[in-house]
Amino acid sequence: MVDTTPPSRNRGLSQKVAQIPPSGIRKFFDLLSSIDDVISLGVGEPDFVTPWHIREAAIYSVEKGRTSYTSNYGLLDLRYELARHLERRYGLDYDPQSELLITVGVSEAMDLAMRAILNPGDEVIIPEPTYVSYVPCTVLAGGTPVPVPTNMADNFQLAPAELAARITPRTRAIVLGYPNNPTGAVMDRDKLVEIARLAEAHDLLVISDEIYDRLVYGVEHVCFAALPGMRDRTILAGGLSKAYAMTGWRIGYAAAHQDIMEAMVKVHQYTIMCAPTAAQYAALEALKEGEVAVLEMLEEYDRRRRVIVKGLNEIGLECFEPRGAFYAFPSIRSTGLSSEEFAHRLLVEEKVAVVPGNAFGDCGEGHVRCCYATSMENIERALERIGRFVGRVKGLGSRV
Amino acid sequence: MKTPIMKDVLKLLEKDSRLSAEKLAAMTGHPLAEVEKAVRRAETDRIILTYKTVINWEKVGREQVSALIEVKVVPQRAVGFDTVAQRIYRYPEARSVYLLSGTYDLLVQVTGRSIHDVATFVTEKLATLEFVQGTVTHFLLKRYKEDGEILDGQDELERLPVSP
Repeated sequence: MVDTTPPSRNRGLSQKVAQIPPSGIRKFFDLLSSIDDVISLGVGEPDFVTPWHIREAAIYSVEKGRTSYTSNYGLLDLRYELARHLERRYGLDYDPQSELLITVGVSEAMDLAMRAILNPGDEVIIPEPTYVSYVPCTVLAGGTPVPVPTNMADNFQLAPAELAARITPRTRAIVLGYPNNPTGAVMDRDKLVEIARLAEAHDLLVISDEIYDRLVYGVEHVCFAALPGMRDRTILAGGLSKAYAMTGWRIGYAAAHQDIMEAMVKVHQYTIMCAPTAAQYAALEALKEGEVAVLEMLEEYDRRRRVIVKGLNEIGLECFEPRGAFYAFPSIRSTGLSSEEFAHRLLVEEKVAVVPGNAFGDCGEGHVRCCYATSMENIERALERIGRFVGRVKGLGSRV
Repeated sequence: MKTPIMKDVLKLLEKDSRLSAEKLAAMTGHPLAEVEKAVRRAETDRIILTYKTVINWEKVGREQVSALIEVKVVPQRAVGFDTVAQRIYRYPEARSVYLLSGTYDLLVQVTGRSIHDVATFVTEKLATLEFVQGTVTHFLLKRYKEDGEILDGQDELERLPVSP
């Protein structure tokens, strides 16, 4: 008899991989794909097309035949431009030759950071709600994720005392992801200074994902690496996806002390070689000439932010004022539904997609993520539908 | 006078003149009364000149002919370019009139229902003005972009409906 069991069943797969749960967003995505005319507030990327001058720079590079590998670190010109950019914005001084790396999106930078610094059993403190990749990347790199909850009462900022309570002799690093996906929270400077003190006292590294650094509204974004004493303790990860509407180009970067960077580049060169060349030329143009476009998009996000936050609060979904990224993270507790029930029913009954908060960690339960990187018209129509839905759910609740 | 509130409001109205005061207030975060005041002020001060719509007439099949006309003017004592321009822009056929640097002086955009209309305007009205030395008429063959709007439609973005 022929054995038809696939070989993967007999020998099994990587236990580490098996240990990671599939993304909570995935099953939701499948359901969504089966429904027509959905207004989606479930995306995690800008609704703008990359500004034309940036696209044109990539086309030009292709026309000129710039189709080969670049240095593992990325185009030198791009690294110099990035160094100037970080100097200008945050007063940071990185050597473009040895301390900056162009990556395939900020996701790669985060993965490299974990793989470069962790040994089996090392603990990594991760504030929740968290972007979906930090925990799996920690596990894949052999580390142990240690979640620390944040809550709406603190505007979803990481409380230094909560962080301190989770530091053990095994703690190796802290992950910071602010401005935050999914909450839209931005960290105040004084809290970051306290966290910096903790990192110093316990000799911890900080992996700071600042992909949303440019998207802040009426507040300052404090770059963690720019705090006194933090430059060599921080792996700064960033990218062009959000601010320049360049998600599909997959260009991110990492900045770190030469010793850490050397280790990161080792992994990068064996897995990636280099970020796509045409995309790097686009990134170069973006950093050089993209500022006007960034500010224009920022202004538009800010308008939508005001409208959606006001609208959600009026509907009775309590929403703290997010000061960064392009997400609102309202509480849906008043409806008596769980995050998943809320998102599922809202999608089926009113055709509006939001992401259940528990996809971002246990403490995201009771919330949903609403992305306002969509047209004002969509936001208004979505608010109308959400209002109708919440009214119906609450109305039924009171009759029971 | 331009205030920060007015500037915020004008930026939005320039893109969409149908926005209500309530929406403008929600989008800018300014109080409704202040927004209404700013709009009224902008209207009375002729900062807002008019509210119009950009239309692709070809789609409705309405025949329309436009031309850009270079006008060379004989400089005249005591008559500045402003006076000359005024003589031209008073004609309703002249949709836009600009003073330019370079090889000619005024650029006039003329729109009519037929080539004949436009030709008549140029030969009988424009060319006969005593200070007009010469004209060069460029008929418009195809519109690609009008007032910042691409007529074929803007680039559309295709996104995954849900992403992390």
